[in-house]
Amino acid sequence: MKYASEFRDNRLARGLIAKIERSSRTPVKFMEFCGSHTVAIFRYGIRQVLPETVTTLSGPGCPICVTANVDLDKAIALARIPNVIMTSFGDVLRVPGSYTSLQAVRAEGADVRVIYSAMDALKIAADNPAKQVVLLGIGFETTTPTIAAAILQAKQESLTNFSVLSWHKLSPPAMKALLDSGDVALDGLICPGHVSIITGSQAWEFIARDYGIPCVVAGFEPLDILQCVDMLVTQVEKKEARVEIAYSRGVQREGNTVAQKLVDMVFEPCPAQWRGMGTIPASGLKLRPEYSMFDAEEIFDIDPGPTREPAGCICGEVLRGVSTPLDCPLFGKVCHPENPVGACMVSSEGSCFTYYLYGGKNE
Amino acid sequence: MCVAIPGLIKSIDGSLAQVEIGGITQTANLQLCPQAKVGDYVIVHTGYAINTLDQQEAKETLELFEAIARVAQEEN
Repeated sequence: MKYASEFRDNRLARGLIAKIERSSRTPVKFMEFCGSHTVAIFRYGIRQVLPETVTTLSGPGCPICVTANVDLDKAIALARIPNVIMTSFGDVLRVPGSYTSLQAVRAEGADVRVIYSAMDALKIAADNPAKQVVLLGIGFETTTPTIAAAILQAKQESLTNFSVLSWHKLSPPAMKALLDSGDVALDGLICPGHVSIITGSQAWEFIARDYGIPCVVAGFEPLDILQCVDMLVTQVEKKEARVEIAYSRGVQREGNTVAQKLVDMVFEPCPAQWRGMGTIPASGLKLRPEYSMFDAEEIFDIDPGPTREPAGCICGEVLRGVSTPLDCPLFGKVCHPENPVGACMVSSEGSCFTYYLYGGKNE
Repeated sequence: MCVAIPGLIKSIDGSLAQVEIGGITQTANLQLCPQAKVGDYVIVHTGYAINTLDQQEAKETLELFEAIARVAQEEN
Protein backbone atom coordinates (compact mmCIF):
# COMPACT_ATOMS: atom_id res chain seq x y z
CA MET A 1 0.00 0.00 0.00
CA LYS A 2 1.49 3.33 -1.14
CA TYR A 3 -1.67 5.34 -0.41
CA ALA A 4 -1.46 7.03 -3.80
CA SER A 5 -1.38 4.93 -7.01
CA GLU A 6 -4.06 2.55 -5.65
CA PHE A 7 -6.45 5.48 -5.54
CA ARG A 8 -5.80 6.43 -9.18
CA ASP A 9 -6.90 3.12 -10.74
CA ASN A 10 -8.70 3.59 -14.04
CA ARG A 11 -10.89 0.47 -13.79
CA LEU A 12 -12.08 1.33 -10.28
CA ALA A 13 -12.75 4.90 -11.41
CA ARG A 14 -14.99 3.60 -14.21
CA GLY A 15 -16.96 1.58 -11.68
CA LEU A 16 -17.56 4.63 -9.49
CA ILE A 17 -18.49 6.79 -12.49
CA ALA A 18 -21.01 4.15 -13.63
CA LYS A 19 -22.52 4.07 -10.14
CA ILE A 20 -22.84 7.87 -10.08
CA GLU A 21 -24.45 7.86 -13.54
CA ARG A 22 -26.90 5.20 -12.42
CA SER A 23 -28.01 6.92 -9.24
CA SER A 24 -27.93 10.63 -10.17
CA ARG A 25 -31.41 11.91 -11.20
CA THR A 26 -31.62 15.38 -9.67
CA PRO A 27 -29.49 18.19 -11.11
CA VAL A 28 -27.08 19.18 -8.33
CA LYS A 29 -24.41 21.77 -7.62
CA PHE A 30 -21.63 20.65 -5.28
CA MET A 31 -18.99 23.06 -3.99
CA GLU A 32 -15.45 21.95 -3.28
CA PHE A 33 -14.31 24.25 -0.47
CA CYS A 34 -10.64 23.47 -0.94
CA GLY A 35 -8.35 24.79 -3.68
CA SER A 36 -6.42 21.50 -3.70
CA HIS A 37 -9.69 19.77 -4.63
CA THR A 38 -10.21 22.25 -7.49
CA VAL A 39 -6.74 21.36 -8.77
CA ALA A 40 -7.36 17.60 -8.45
CA ILE A 41 -10.76 17.88 -10.19
CA PHE A 42 -9.16 19.66 -13.15
CA ARG A 43 -5.95 17.61 -13.23
CA TYR A 44 -7.81 14.30 -13.39
CA GLY A 45 -10.54 15.57 -15.73
CA ILE A 46 -13.28 14.76 -13.23
CA ARG A 47 -15.71 17.40 -14.50
CA GLN A 48 -15.63 15.73 -17.91
CA VAL A 49 -16.51 12.25 -16.62
CA LEU A 50 -19.36 13.25 -14.31
CA PRO A 51 -22.93 13.07 -15.65
CA GLU A 52 -24.55 16.31 -16.79
CA THR A 53 -26.67 16.34 -13.65
CA VAL A 54 -23.60 16.99 -11.47
CA THR A 55 -21.90 20.40 -11.46
CA THR A 56 -18.89 21.20 -9.27
CA LEU A 57 -18.10 24.72 -8.14
CA SER A 58 -14.88 26.09 -6.65
CA GLY A 59 -15.07 27.60 -3.17
CA PRO A 60 -13.03 30.02 -1.07
CA GLY A 61 -10.56 27.43 0.28
CA CYS A 62 -7.33 28.96 -0.97
CA PRO A 63 -5.55 30.81 1.86
CA ILE A 64 -3.42 32.89 -0.47
CA CYS A 65 -6.42 33.90 -2.58
CA VAL A 66 -8.55 35.02 0.38
CA THR A 67 -5.83 37.11 2.01
CA ALA A 68 -6.99 40.74 1.87
CA ASN A 69 -4.83 43.48 0.36
CA VAL A 70 -4.59 45.23 3.74
CA ASP A 71 -2.76 42.15 5.10
CA LEU A 72 -0.53 41.82 2.04
CA ASP A 73 0.37 45.50 2.36
CA LYS A 74 1.32 44.96 6.02
CA ALA A 75 3.65 42.08 5.13
CA ILE A 76 5.24 44.13 2.37
CA ALA A 77 5.75 47.11 4.73
CA LEU A 78 7.26 44.75 7.31
CA ALA A 79 9.65 43.22 4.79
CA ARG A 80 10.92 46.72 3.99
CA ILE A 81 11.98 47.39 7.57
CA PRO A 82 15.80 47.21 7.74
CA ASN A 83 17.14 44.25 9.69
CA VAL A 84 14.01 42.15 9.06
CA ILE A 85 14.18 38.78 7.32
CA MET A 86 10.71 37.92 6.03
CA THR A 87 10.15 34.18 5.60
CA SER A 88 7.20 32.90 3.64
CA PHE A 89 5.73 29.96 1.74
CA GLY A 90 6.52 30.45 -1.96
CA ASP A 91 3.32 31.47 -3.72
CA VAL A 92 2.72 34.43 -1.41
CA LEU A 93 5.70 36.32 -2.84
CA ARG A 94 4.05 36.92 -6.20
CA VAL A 95 0.65 38.06 -4.93
CA PRO A 96 0.15 41.72 -5.74
CA GLY A 97 -0.83 43.90 -2.80
CA SER A 98 -2.23 47.39 -3.33
CA TYR A 99 0.93 48.74 -4.95
CA THR A 100 3.64 46.06 -5.06
CA SER A 101 4.48 42.49 -4.06
CA LEU A 102 6.93 40.78 -1.71
CA GLN A 103 8.79 39.57 -4.78
CA ALA A 104 9.20 43.13 -6.06
CA VAL A 105 10.47 44.47 -2.73
CA ARG A 106 12.89 41.55 -2.57
CA ALA A 107 14.25 42.66 -5.97
CA GLU A 108 14.67 46.12 -4.42
CA GLY A 109 16.84 44.65 -1.66
CA ALA A 110 14.49 43.46 1.08
CA ASP A 111 15.49 40.13 2.64
CA VAL A 112 12.55 37.87 1.77
CA ARG A 113 13.15 34.12 1.89
CA VAL A 114 11.03 31.21 0.71
CA ILE A 115 10.62 28.40 3.21
CA TYR A 116 9.15 24.91 2.95
CA SER A 117 8.38 24.50 6.63
CA ALA A 118 7.94 26.64 9.76
CA MET A 119 11.04 24.79 11.04
CA ASP A 120 13.10 26.56 8.35
CA ALA A 121 12.15 29.95 9.79
CA LEU A 122 13.31 28.84 13.26
CA LYS A 123 16.65 27.78 11.82
CA ILE A 124 17.06 31.10 9.99
CA ALA A 125 16.35 32.90 13.29
CA ALA A 126 18.89 30.79 15.16
CA ASP A 127 21.49 31.40 12.42
CA ASN A 128 20.88 35.19 12.31
CA PRO A 129 20.76 36.42 15.92
CA ALA A 130 21.32 40.05 14.89
CA LYS A 131 18.26 40.05 12.58
CA GLN A 132 14.53 39.93 13.27
CA VAL A 133 13.01 36.92 11.53
CA VAL A 134 9.30 37.13 10.71
CA LEU A 135 7.34 34.06 9.66
CA LEU A 136 4.32 34.79 7.51
CA GLY A 137 1.71 32.61 9.18
CA ILE A 138 -0.73 31.78 6.43
CA GLY A 139 -3.09 28.87 6.05
CA PHE A 140 -6.18 27.14 7.29
CA GLU A 141 -6.48 24.52 10.01
CA THR A 142 -4.01 22.19 8.24
CA THR A 143 -1.12 24.63 8.51
CA THR A 144 -1.87 26.50 11.74
CA PRO A 145 -0.76 23.66 14.07
CA THR A 146 2.68 23.65 12.41
CA ILE A 147 3.03 27.39 13.11
CA ALA A 148 1.81 26.87 16.69
CA ALA A 149 4.41 24.13 17.13
CA ALA A 150 7.11 26.47 15.80
CA ILE A 151 6.08 29.24 18.24
CA LEU A 152 6.18 26.80 21.15
CA GLN A 153 9.59 25.61 20.01
CA ALA A 154 10.83 29.22 19.76
CA LYS A 155 9.67 29.75 23.34
CA GLN A 156 11.40 26.59 24.49
CA GLU A 157 14.62 27.64 22.75
CA SER A 158 14.25 31.21 24.14
CA LEU A 159 14.51 32.74 20.65
CA THR A 160 14.13 36.52 20.93
CA ASN A 161 14.39 37.38 17.23
CA PHE A 162 11.50 35.28 15.89
CA SER A 163 7.90 36.38 15.35
CA VAL A 164 4.81 35.44 13.36
CA LEU A 165 2.53 37.68 11.32
CA SER A 166 -0.70 35.69 11.67
CA TRP A 167 -3.05 35.53 8.71
CA HIS A 168 -4.43 32.19 9.86
CA LYS A 169 -8.05 31.59 9.03
CA LEU A 170 -10.76 29.11 9.96
CA SER A 171 -12.71 27.26 7.27
CA PRO A 172 -16.13 26.58 8.88
CA PRO A 173 -16.93 30.28 9.63
CA ALA A 174 -16.15 31.15 5.99
CA MET A 175 -18.45 28.40 4.77
CA LYS A 176 -21.14 29.65 7.15
CA ALA A 177 -20.75 33.24 5.90
CA LEU A 178 -20.99 32.05 2.31
CA LEU A 179 -24.19 30.09 2.99
CA ASP A 180 -25.71 32.95 5.04
CA SER A 181 -25.05 35.40 2.21
CA GLY A 182 -27.50 33.46 0.04
CA ASP A 183 -25.27 34.11 -2.99
CA VAL A 184 -25.01 30.46 -3.95
CA ALA A 185 -27.46 27.59 -3.54
CA LEU A 186 -25.58 24.35 -2.89
CA ASP A 187 -26.82 20.76 -2.92
CA GLY A 188 -23.70 19.33 -1.33
CA LEU A 189 -20.33 20.23 0.08
CA ILE A 190 -17.08 18.46 -0.77
CA CYS A 191 -15.34 19.08 2.56
CA PRO A 192 -11.57 19.66 2.70
CA GLY A 193 -9.65 16.48 3.53
CA HIS A 194 -6.54 17.87 5.15
CA VAL A 195 -8.31 20.60 7.12
CA SER A 196 -10.56 17.80 8.39
CA ILE A 197 -7.58 15.67 9.47
CA ILE A 198 -7.04 18.39 12.08
CA THR A 199 -10.61 19.54 12.84
CA GLY A 200 -12.28 16.17 12.38
CA SER A 201 -15.39 15.71 10.26
CA GLN A 202 -17.35 17.08 13.24
CA ALA A 203 -16.46 20.62 12.04
CA TRP A 204 -19.00 20.29 9.21
CA GLU A 205 -21.91 18.84 11.18
CA PHE A 206 -23.57 22.25 11.62
CA ILE A 207 -23.87 22.58 7.83
CA ALA A 208 -25.76 19.30 7.48
CA ARG A 209 -27.88 20.02 10.57
CA ASP A 210 -28.63 23.76 10.20
CA TYR A 211 -28.61 24.15 6.41
CA GLY A 212 -29.74 20.67 5.34
CA ILE A 213 -26.78 20.33 2.98
CA PRO A 214 -25.08 16.93 2.57
CA CYS A 215 -21.38 17.04 3.48
CA VAL A 216 -18.69 14.51 2.57
CA VAL A 217 -15.01 14.85 3.50
CA ALA A 218 -12.81 13.86 0.56
CA GLY A 219 -9.19 12.97 -0.06
CA PHE A 220 -7.29 14.29 -3.05
CA GLU A 221 -6.84 11.27 -5.32
CA PRO A 222 -9.31 10.82 -8.19
CA LEU A 223 -11.04 7.82 -6.57
CA ASP A 224 -11.44 9.79 -3.34
CA ILE A 225 -13.25 12.57 -5.18
CA LEU A 226 -15.42 10.16 -7.18
CA GLN A 227 -16.37 8.32 -3.98
CA CYS A 228 -17.24 11.66 -2.39
CA VAL A 229 -19.45 12.65 -5.34
CA ASP A 230 -21.14 9.23 -5.22
CA MET A 231 -21.86 9.61 -1.50
CA LEU A 232 -23.22 13.15 -2.01
CA VAL A 233 -25.44 12.03 -4.91
CA THR A 234 -26.75 9.15 -2.80
CA GLN A 235 -27.62 11.51 0.05
CA VAL A 236 -29.36 13.93 -2.33
CA GLU A 237 -31.43 11.16 -3.95
CA LYS A 238 -32.42 9.80 -0.53
CA LYS A 239 -33.17 13.37 0.66
CA GLU A 240 -30.70 13.04 3.51
CA ALA A 241 -28.20 15.56 4.88
CA ARG A 242 -25.41 14.30 7.07
CA VAL A 243 -21.63 14.28 7.30
CA GLU A 244 -19.79 11.30 5.84
CA ILE A 245 -16.10 10.61 5.26
CA ALA A 246 -14.75 9.47 1.88
CA TYR A 247 -11.19 9.64 3.23
CA SER A 248 -11.46 7.26 6.16
CA ARG A 249 -7.79 6.24 5.95
CA GLY A 250 -6.84 9.72 7.15
CA VAL A 251 -9.84 11.47 8.72
CA GLN A 252 -11.76 10.69 11.89
CA ARG A 253 -14.74 12.45 13.44
CA GLU A 254 -12.73 13.96 16.35
CA GLY A 255 -9.73 15.08 14.31
CA ASN A 256 -6.17 15.47 15.57
CA THR A 257 -6.67 16.45 19.22
CA VAL A 258 -2.94 16.95 19.82
CA ALA A 259 -2.82 19.57 17.06
CA GLN A 260 -6.08 21.16 18.24
CA LYS A 261 -4.62 21.62 21.74
CA LEU A 262 -1.41 23.22 20.45
CA VAL A 263 -3.37 25.70 18.33
CA ASP A 264 -5.68 26.53 21.23
CA MET A 265 -2.68 27.09 23.51
CA VAL A 266 -1.07 29.66 21.20
CA PHE A 267 -3.94 31.25 19.22
CA GLU A 268 -7.36 32.73 19.90
CA PRO A 269 -10.16 33.52 17.42
CA CYS A 270 -10.49 37.06 16.07
CA PRO A 271 -12.42 38.76 13.26
CA ALA A 272 -10.63 38.43 9.92
CA GLN A 273 -10.95 40.15 6.59
CA TRP A 274 -11.37 37.84 3.59
CA ARG A 275 -10.92 38.93 0.00
CA GLY A 276 -14.37 39.14 -1.54
CA MET A 277 -16.19 38.25 1.65
CA GLY A 278 -15.45 41.19 3.94
CA THR A 279 -14.84 40.79 7.66
CA ILE A 280 -16.14 37.53 9.10
CA PRO A 281 -16.45 37.29 12.90
CA ALA A 282 -14.25 34.73 14.69
CA SER A 283 -12.84 33.49 11.38
CA GLY A 284 -9.21 34.39 12.01
CA LEU A 285 -6.61 33.46 14.60
CA LYS A 286 -4.28 35.82 16.47
CA LEU A 287 -1.61 35.04 19.04
CA ARG A 288 -2.83 34.93 22.63
CA PRO A 289 -1.44 37.72 24.89
CA GLU A 290 0.85 35.17 26.61
CA TYR A 291 2.66 34.79 23.30
CA SER A 292 2.75 38.50 22.35
CA MET A 293 6.57 38.40 22.30
CA PHE A 294 6.21 36.30 19.13
CA ASP A 295 3.48 38.46 17.59
CA ALA A 296 4.88 40.58 14.74
CA GLU A 297 1.89 42.95 15.01
CA GLU A 298 2.91 43.71 18.61
CA ILE A 299 6.65 43.95 17.97
CA PHE A 300 6.67 46.15 14.89
CA ASP A 301 4.96 49.45 14.21
CA ILE A 302 3.55 48.71 10.77
CA ASP A 303 1.86 51.39 8.69
CA PRO A 304 1.02 50.06 5.22
CA GLY A 305 -0.94 53.17 4.16
CA PRO A 306 -4.24 53.11 2.28
CA THR A 307 -5.21 49.99 0.35
CA ARG A 308 -6.72 49.74 -3.08
CA GLU A 309 -8.17 46.94 -5.22
CA PRO A 310 -7.17 46.26 -8.85
CA ALA A 311 -9.74 47.63 -11.31
CA GLY A 312 -11.82 45.02 -13.11
CA CYS A 313 -10.61 42.06 -11.04
CA ILE A 314 -13.45 39.76 -9.85
CA CYS A 315 -11.42 37.46 -7.57
CA GLY A 316 -13.89 38.20 -4.77
CA GLU A 317 -16.85 36.89 -6.77
CA VAL A 318 -14.87 33.87 -7.95
CA LEU A 319 -14.00 33.03 -4.33
CA ARG A 320 -17.68 33.17 -3.36
CA GLY A 321 -18.60 30.85 -6.21
CA VAL A 322 -20.83 33.56 -7.70
CA SER A 323 -18.74 33.86 -10.85
CA THR A 324 -16.21 31.61 -12.58
CA PRO A 325 -12.86 32.89 -13.88
CA LEU A 326 -14.39 32.80 -17.37
CA ASP A 327 -16.74 35.62 -16.35
CA CYS A 328 -13.78 37.93 -15.69
CA PRO A 329 -12.94 40.42 -18.47
CA LEU A 330 -9.27 40.30 -17.46
CA PHE A 331 -8.92 36.47 -17.48
CA GLY A 332 -6.37 35.20 -19.96
CA LYS A 333 -5.96 38.67 -21.47
CA VAL A 334 -4.46 41.17 -19.02
CA CYS A 335 -4.36 38.63 -16.19
CA HIS A 336 -2.39 35.43 -16.68
CA PRO A 337 0.15 33.51 -14.58
CA GLU A 338 3.05 35.62 -15.87
CA ASN A 339 1.27 38.86 -15.00
CA PRO A 340 -1.32 38.09 -12.33
CA VAL A 341 -3.70 40.93 -11.51
CA GLY A 342 -5.56 39.09 -8.77
CA ALA A 343 -4.52 36.57 -6.14
CA CYS A 344 -6.55 33.73 -7.70
CA MET A 345 -4.22 33.79 -10.72
CA VAL A 346 -1.10 33.55 -8.52
CA SER A 347 -1.70 30.69 -6.16
CA SER A 348 -1.13 27.24 -7.64
CA GLU A 349 -4.51 26.43 -6.08
CA GLY A 350 -6.29 29.57 -7.20
CA SER A 351 -9.35 29.01 -9.40
CA CYS A 352 -8.09 31.36 -12.11
CA PHE A 353 -4.66 29.72 -12.24
CA THR A 354 -6.23 26.26 -12.35
CA TYR A 355 -8.69 27.24 -15.11
CA TYR A 356 -5.82 28.77 -17.06
CA LEU A 357 -3.48 25.81 -16.60
CA TYR A 358 -5.98 23.06 -17.38
CA GLY A 359 -7.79 24.78 -20.23
CA GLY A 360 -10.92 25.60 -18.27
CA LYS A 361 -11.11 28.58 -20.62
CA ASN A 362 -12.24 26.20 -23.35
CA GLU A 363 -15.13 24.77 -21.37
CA MET B 1 -1.67 25.36 0.60
CA CYS B 2 -3.17 22.33 2.28
CA VAL B 3 -1.18 19.90 0.16
CA ALA B 4 -0.04 16.91 2.23
CA ILE B 5 1.66 13.76 1.03
CA PRO B 6 1.88 10.20 2.41
CA GLY B 7 5.32 9.06 3.56
CA LEU B 8 6.73 5.94 5.21
CA ILE B 9 8.59 6.39 8.50
CA LYS B 10 12.05 4.76 8.26
CA SER B 11 13.51 5.96 11.56
CA ILE B 12 12.73 8.26 14.49
CA ASP B 13 15.12 10.39 16.55
CA GLY B 14 13.36 12.39 19.26
CA SER B 15 10.54 14.34 17.60
CA LEU B 16 12.09 14.10 14.14
CA ALA B 17 11.53 11.22 11.74
CA GLN B 18 13.16 10.23 8.48
CA VAL B 19 10.29 9.70 6.08
CA GLU B 20 10.41 8.21 2.60
CA ILE B 21 8.21 10.13 0.16
CA GLY B 22 8.26 8.93 -3.45
CA GLY B 23 11.73 7.42 -3.09
CA ILE B 24 13.21 10.53 -1.45
CA THR B 25 14.01 10.65 2.27
CA GLN B 26 12.92 13.79 4.09
CA THR B 27 12.79 14.92 7.70
CA ALA B 28 9.34 15.17 9.21
CA ASN B 29 8.48 16.61 12.61
CA LEU B 30 6.27 14.29 14.71
CA GLN B 31 5.16 16.83 17.35
CA LEU B 32 1.61 16.86 15.95
CA CYS B 33 1.52 13.09 15.52
CA PRO B 34 3.32 11.62 18.55
CA GLN B 35 1.67 8.20 18.16
CA ALA B 36 3.52 7.50 14.86
CA LYS B 37 5.95 4.54 14.82
CA VAL B 38 8.62 3.27 12.46
CA GLY B 39 6.85 1.46 9.60
CA ASP B 40 3.75 3.67 9.78
CA TYR B 41 2.63 5.79 6.87
CA VAL B 42 2.06 9.39 7.92
CA ILE B 43 0.59 12.28 5.99
CA VAL B 44 3.13 15.11 5.84
CA HIS B 45 2.28 18.80 5.49
CA THR B 46 5.05 21.44 5.33
CA GLY B 47 7.50 19.19 7.15
CA TYR B 48 5.12 18.07 9.90
CA ALA B 49 3.31 14.72 10.08
CA ILE B 50 -0.36 15.56 10.74
CA ASN B 51 -1.78 12.04 11.07
CA THR B 52 -1.02 8.37 10.58
CA LEU B 53 -2.79 6.61 7.71
CA ASP B 54 -5.01 3.68 8.60
CA GLN B 55 -4.09 0.69 6.44
CA GLN B 56 -7.19 -1.30 7.37
CA GLU B 57 -9.49 1.58 6.38
CA ALA B 58 -7.59 2.02 3.09
CA LYS B 59 -7.95 -1.70 2.29
CA GLU B 60 -11.67 -1.70 3.07
CA THR B 61 -12.20 1.37 0.88
CA LEU B 62 -10.39 -0.29 -2.05
CA GLU B 63 -12.42 -3.50 -1.54
CA LEU B 64 -15.59 -1.42 -1.71
CA PHE B 65 -14.37 0.14 -4.98
CA GLU B 66 -13.66 -3.38 -6.33
CA ALA B 67 -17.21 -4.46 -5.51
CA ILE B 68 -18.62 -1.33 -7.20
CA ALA B 69 -16.46 -1.97 -10.29
CA ARG B 70 -17.65 -5.60 -10.47
CA VAL B 71 -21.30 -4.51 -10.43
CA ALA B 72 -20.59 -2.01 -13.21
CA GLN B 73 -18.82 -4.65 -15.33
CA GLU B 74 -21.65 -7.17 -14.87
CA GLU B 75 -24.18 -4.56 -15.96
CA ASN B 76 -22.23 -3.94 -19.16
